[in-house]
Formats: sequence, C-alpha cells, structure tokens
Amino acid sequence: MKNVMGIINVSRRDELLRDLTSLRCIASVPFGGRYRLIDFVLSSMVNSGIYNVGVFTLNKYRSLMDHLGFGKEWDLNRKRDGLFILPPPIHYPLGYYRGDLQNFFSHIDYFHRSKQEYVIITGSNIVCNINFNEAFRFHQETEADITVFYKEIEREEEVFAQCRRIEVGENSRVLDMEDKPGRLNSNKVLIEIFIMKKSLFIKIIEDSNKLEYANLIRDGLIRNMNRLNMYGFHYTGYLGIINSVTNYFKHSMDLLKREVWQELFYKPGLIYTKVKDEPPTKYLDLARVTNSLISNGCLIEGRVENSILSRGVKVHQGAYIKNSIVMQRDVIGKNAIIENTILDKEVFVSEGKELIGDTKQPLLMSKKSMI
Amino acid sequence: MIFRKVGEEDMTSRKCMAMLLAGGAGKRLGILTRDMAKPAVPFGGKFRIIDFTLSNCTNSGIYAVGVLTQYQPLILNSHIGTGIPWDLDRKNGGVSILPPYVLKGEKGKWYKGTANAIFQNIYFIERYNPEYVLVISGDHIYKMDYSLMMEFHEEKGADVTIAVIEVPWGEASRFGIMNTGENGSVIEFEEKPSKPRSNMASMGVYIFCWSTLKKYLYKDDDNSKSSNDFGKDIIPMMLKEKCRMFAYPFDGYWKDVGTIESLWEANMDLLSDDPALDLYDRNWRIYSVNSNLPPHFMGASAHVHRSMVNEGCMIFGTIHHSVLFTGVHVGEGSDIRDSIIMSNVKIGRNVKIKKAIIGEGAIIEDNCQIVSDAKKPEIILLKGDITIPVNSVVKSTIVSIRDLQVSGEEQNMA
Repeated sequence: MKNVMGIINVSRRDELLRDLTSLRCIASVPFGGRYRLIDFVLSSMVNSGIYNVGVFTLNKYRSLMDHLGFGKEWDLNRKRDGLFILPPPIHYPLGYYRGDLQNFFSHIDYFHRSKQEYVIITGSNIVCNINFNEAFRFHQETEADITVFYKEIEREEEVFAQCRRIEVGENSRVLDMEDKPGRLNSNKVLIEIFIMKKSLFIKIIEDSNKLEYANLIRDGLIRNMNRLNMYGFHYTGYLGIINSVTNYFKHSMDLLKREVWQELFYKPGLIYTKVKDEPPTKYLDLARVTNSLISNGCLIEGRVENSILSRGVKVHQGAYIKNSIVMQRDVIGKNAIIENTILDKEVFVSEGKELIGDTKQPLLMSKKSMI
Repeated sequence: MIFRKVGEEDMTSRKCMAMLLAGGAGKRLGILTRDMAKPAVPFGGKFRIIDFTLSNCTNSGIYAVGVLTQYQPLILNSHIGTGIPWDLDRKNGGVSILPPYVLKGEKGKWYKGTANAIFQNIYFIERYNPEYVLVISGDHIYKMDYSLMMEFHEEKGADVTIAVIEVPWGEASRFGIMNTGENGSVIEFEEKPSKPRSNMASMGVYIFCWSTLKKYLYKDDDNSKSSNDFGKDIIPMMLKEKCRMFAYPFDGYWKDVGTIESLWEANMDLLSDDPALDLYDRNWRIYSVNSNLPPHFMGASAHVHRSMVNEGCMIFGTIHHSVLFTGVHVGEGSDIRDSIIMSNVKIGRNVKIKKAIIGEGAIIEDNCQIVSDAKKPEIILLKGDITIPVNSVVKSTIVSIRDLQVSGEEQNMA
C-alpha cells in the first residue's frame, strides 16, 4: 500500500447530529467509549499500510485537531509523508462554499506533491474496520477507474434509511448511483469510500473547478457514470454511517452485542485513538454493571446496564444508568436515574435527578450541562 | 567532540537531571522477576513500577533522565522505548538507557553498586553539566514533586538532601535511618540499625550538588574496600567529612514492594475507599505505555465489586477485591477473589481463584481451582505464559508446568 494515499473528507453536514456537533465536526464525535468517529477509517488506513493521510476539514475542527495532534497514536508522525490536516482556505466569500471538490481544489498542491499513484477517499462518519488491501487488489484486478464501496443489507433497516443506494451488476459494475436517498430501490448502501488513480482524482477536481461543479459524489462520480468504469466492492464487516442522533444511538447500542464489538474493535486490526493515561476503572462495593462497555478512569458505585461509559465517568451510589451513552468526565449524582439518554462530555447530573428518553428518540444533553 | 555539552542554553530545565537506578534484580519477588528487572514488575492494573518515578520526573519538570539498567533489561528497555509515554522524547535530554559498557583496553565492568553505576556514567552526566543530580530508584511506588525537594535543597544550601519518610517504629530496623538535628540536618545515618533512635527512613531519593558528588564518587572508586553503594559508602563518607546533609521529610505514600506479600498488599491498598496512593489525580498523572485496547466489556452475568479493571477485559464471572490488567478474559461462573491478574490472562468457566497473582499471558482452562487450603493461606504465584489444563487443582505457587503435574499426581493419589 506504499503507493496509496488516504484522504479523509470531513467536510460534511454537521447539523445532522444536532447538539453533538454544536462544538465539533462529525469526525470528532465520541463513539464507543474511548474513540472518535474518525478513528475507524483512520486506523483502517494505517492498519492497511497507508502512511500518507490527508484530513480535509471544513469547520469546527478544533477538537478534531486536538484529537489527531501530530498523528502519533496512528504512527503517522513521520518525516516522509504522515498526517496532514488541511483546513479550508479562509478566503471563501460568505455562503460561497458549495462542496468538497472546492476544498480539494484549494489544496491541489498536496496531491501533486504526494508521491503515491493511488488515492483512497473516505468520509469521516463511517464506523467500520476495513483492510483496504483486499479492495485495492480488487481495484487492480477489475481495472476499474473508480472502485466504490458498498454494503448489501438483508432487510430494510432504519439506520440506513438516510443513506445513498447504488445498483451493482453481476460483474460488480456499478450501474446506477443516487444523489439523494429514495430514488433507487436497492439493498446496496453506498459507503463513501472510493479508490482511484491520483491522476484521475486530480482531473476530476480540476475539471469540476472549471465547470464550477462542487460535489464529489454528485459531480465527480454520478456525472461521470457513463464515461468511467466504476466497480463496486462489497464490504461485509460491521458498518455504521452516522447521520442522525437516532442512528448514532442505535449503532452505539449495537456495540454491546458481543459479535459486533469483537469484530469492530479487533478485526482486521485494532482501532487507535488519542490516549488519555487514565488508570483502570475502579468498582466499589455497591457497583452492579452488566452488559456494558466501560472505559478507563471511571469510578463506579452505582448500577450500569446496557450502556457505554467513556473515560473518567463518576457514577455515585444508588445511581442507575440504563441504555445510555455517558461521555467523558460526566458525573452522575447519587440516586440519579438515566435512561435512553446521551450525555455529552462533562455533564453534571445532580443527586436524585431523572433523565429518561425514549428508545426511539433518546434524550440528548449537550456538553457541560448542569442538571 | 564526543562529550559535547548539550542544552547549555536552557538553564532552567537543565539545572537538575535525574539518574534512575533500575538494575535491581528484586530477588525476593521470585518468579515475577525471573524475566524482568524489579522496576518492570507490573502494578496497579496498568503500570510497571518504574512508571511512578518516570512520571514523577516529568511531573516535576525534570526532562533529562538517565536510566541505569543491568539485570534482565529486555522488558524494561522495550517499555521505556524512546520515552514517549512520559513526554521524555526530547531533543535536549529526554530519557537515555545506560547499561554497563566496556572501556577501550579494559575488561567490561558490571555496575558494582549504586554509586559505581553513577560513577561509570560520569561522562554522561557531564554532557549536561547540571548543577544538581537527583538520584532515585525505580523500585519504589510513590508520587513526589522533586522540584519542591530541590527548593528545599537550595534553601538549605545543602551538599546533599535525602528524602525521608516516617515509618512505624517496629519496622524502623529494616530501613536506613536518619538521625537529624533541629534544623533538619543529618547528624547520623544508620543502615538497618538494631536499636533505631529515629523512625525517619531514607526513601532512596537523593539530590546532590554535582560538583560535590563527583568528588566523592572518585574518592569512593579509589577505595578498593568500598562496596560502591550510596547508603553504605557515599553517604557515611560525606557525613564523616562534614558535608552539609539535610533530611527532606515527605509525608505521602511510599512503598518498596520488595516481596510478593508487599506487592500484593500495595495492589490491594488501591482498592480501599480512599487510597493513600491516588491514581486518579489529574494533576499528577502516572503515565505508562498504553495498550490501545477497547473499553472493557461487562457481560450480563458479570458481578464486579471492590476491584480495578483495565481496558480490553471481557468479564462474564464474579470479581471481588481484585486487580485486573489489560485484556483479561473471565468466563461465566468463575469467581476471582483477592487476586492480581496480569495482562492477557485467559480464564475459562467455573474457575475459582483466591489470593493469587497470575502472571502475564497465563491460560487457565475451565473448572480449575487455584485456592490454597492452608489455614493461613500464602499468596499463590502462577508463572506467566503457562497453561493450566481443565479441572486442575493448584494449591501453591507454580513456577513451571512440571510443578503442576506433581501436584496433580498427588491429587490423583488422594
């Protein structure tokens, strides 16, 4: 994979995740206790042997940059290549930003300077664990211009309702791709991961710039459907495409299934993240924790059931957390009850308070709330 | 210029450097230190003992640390690496591992004693040309701000300052005891006195003025009868020659985990409601190599109380009053009490473990019993990377799989 560079395209619509993204971009939304969404594609790239990764950000990228740092945790603090964080140029006139291709164009030199011949372009809201080597082999064998990732779902699932679909023929040729969900009646969900030659990618960016096209999927891929050979690569591992609070909640809860976390966190490679040097979690006498994922640095004296706790959470005596996501450094006071709720970071729930959401519509408390 | 002085321009952080003695064999820790030096022994569900002193250095603003290794350094070396976890990967200074070496035209020399280890690295220290040298040992567990001790040292205008801690009178004869005058100056030093006159014990933490220490290191080396040890030779000699020596009282948690019992106790100490050693203090983090494993999973049948559990664990059984390191699996129906389970130990179903230390990577298959039947049970130690087959009964320490077969036969005969 020495010959492949990775591009993570963060510039997507933040508003989908409501308060979870009021201060951060989707890429840095906490997930699975100790991770951020970007960790999954980024670790997949590194585990596949990609050592030149560009992260294209659009806005609210402070927490993302803080998280990524110099890329040490991903082994990307390199003299040759490594991690590149590429914020947008400041000179977009207000309201003029129209799409990701524009952002790529403003950093076109990065592509020219990189020595790799191929690019893998991914979104940043994809929960997956992929070995790209297999897909890259597929790309070369099919002699595709562009390889598009997809996942076939057995039955219609709510979590993928807002995702684009594609039609794939028997020989894996991509026959059709929709720009907005709803047009195609297909069980093949498009994953925003594409492989192509860097030269083609540059051509798409430059041509689009001339024609004032701006969107990679709509203008780069769909418009070129008939001109380019596109093949679909079927990804069979666990997939989440995080594009709403409810599907964020649903995918988080999926992690509590043994087969899901055993696969997603370990196979084919480990998922890396920023380390926090927290000590192990401590359980006291009255702790009762079942079917839950617990990160380090927590202090637990209460009950936790079917929930995910991030690092450094305090659960006081008599507190009861059920079907919930509790993020970093939250404090749950004595006898408080939390059910079907997402607590963003540093939320303080005082003694005896009750926060009860709906299984379908979880309650969402924003960062640093005092309850 | 081989012995170029580095970082001269940066006087504040280069004023003091640390020399960390990490060559201890830790003989009384039995099989735990068969393959690693004592500072590398795992502690507290995540750490190795040396993490405490290395983190103390970083947290005290000391960024030049020489680590003197000798005994079984492999695990220690790979743990320390380039010092990244402690922020000690630095252009000027950082962490340097210093094993014994061979001089041209001479035979190689092992480090004969603690003082000799520093003596052999005089050139290393000279490269930094520090005003003060902090000499510490990687064998001890404590959190201490050395910069405060430095201030004390400067205030007193001392040649050497020795950190001391109050120990129970009954135990004082196990330590190096400092008898001090009213102003805190050391009048007398007694190594393991039978009749201690003070209960202030040396913690093995020294700050020396480098120019003075250098003089005494040469002097000590000239004396062929010397055992080249700080406590036995250097300190008594400096006292005799009327150096300004002060005792710096420290009143936090400090433990020398020299034996299996004290290692077990120190781990169990962490499980109390308000442990004297607070690992959760965000202003004084203890850094270590992070394994980057996912959060631990508590299954539907898990019961865990009064315990510490690290990342990557999978728990389906009962854990009471125990410390679990990374990646430990515990199957359904198993019951673990008063034990320390080191990294990547896999425990099957219906296993009973009581008061044991299970070494890294051991596999304990279903229905095993690791419980001592003695009236006053001793701690059972299980060597790492060993497989205990199904239905085994283990009543005492297992150093190799052969021990198990013997006790297994006994079992059959009974």
